[in-house]
Amino acid sequence: MSGHVFHPGHHELHGITVVLRTTDHQILVGRFDSVDAAGVRMLGVSSFNAERDGSPPEFLARTNKFGIRVDRPQATIDNALVASITPLSDEAGLR
Amino acid sequence: MPYDERLVAPMREEVRSMGVKELKTVPEVDQALGDSKGTTLVFVNSVCGCAAGNARPALRAALKHRTLPQVTVTVFAGQDTEATSRARQYFSEYQPSSPSFALLRDGEPVYMVHRHMIEGRSPQAVAADLVAAFDRFCGESVQAGTQP
Repeated sequence: MSGHVFHPGHHELHGITVVLRTTDHQILVGRFDSVDAAGVRMLGVSSFNAERDGSPPEFLARTNKFGIRVDRPQATIDNALVASITPLSDEAGLR
Repeated sequence: MPYDERLVAPMREEVRSMGVKELKTVPEVDQALGDSKGTTLVFVNSVCGCAAGNARPALRAALKHRTLPQVTVTVFAGQDTEATSRARQYFSEYQPSSPSFALLRDGEPVYMVHRHMIEGRSPQAVAADLVAAFDRFCGESVQAGTQP
């Protein structure tokens, strides 16, 4: 059963916790679900908020250590707004 | 909604076969984690193949190390929801994710492996993280503090 995947046929990032940066400087962390014409769909999303989270590096470091403080159960980000998508484990230097 | 138990049973058995005690009820969790002394590893098992498929072999590999937590237990997220929720109360400063690992010492969480620390990494890499934590927090002369 090890390595068994329940989600064949999905995008390679499906189920992976990612950091999505937008062209208007938002930063979202959550599980990548899918992408289509409607945009990138994420689940269990935490959005960077400067007043609450300090700087982006502080936000990402806290998220890496303590986990994702979910603000929204899901979010769909317009494809035109997506600047980058990176696995959180890469951001944290785990891989 | 929980998965069909017939699908989940092999995943439970995979962990139980490592000698890990499965906790399926709130009283079982409280008995294992309440007023605990020493070191306890809690594995939050999960159906998700994206990460749990690496987490279970990582646990198996890590449990072969010579320095181990005194107790290792498991709960199954999404299946035994009340037991899992109760277990998470013992490391509530950390956000829930599954699969995940929490290492407790004298009832306090000292090391956490979140789901995102498992995704996309090899079981060997995750096991290495666990082993390093075992050496740091479960040895005879354990170090103070928690993970950075």
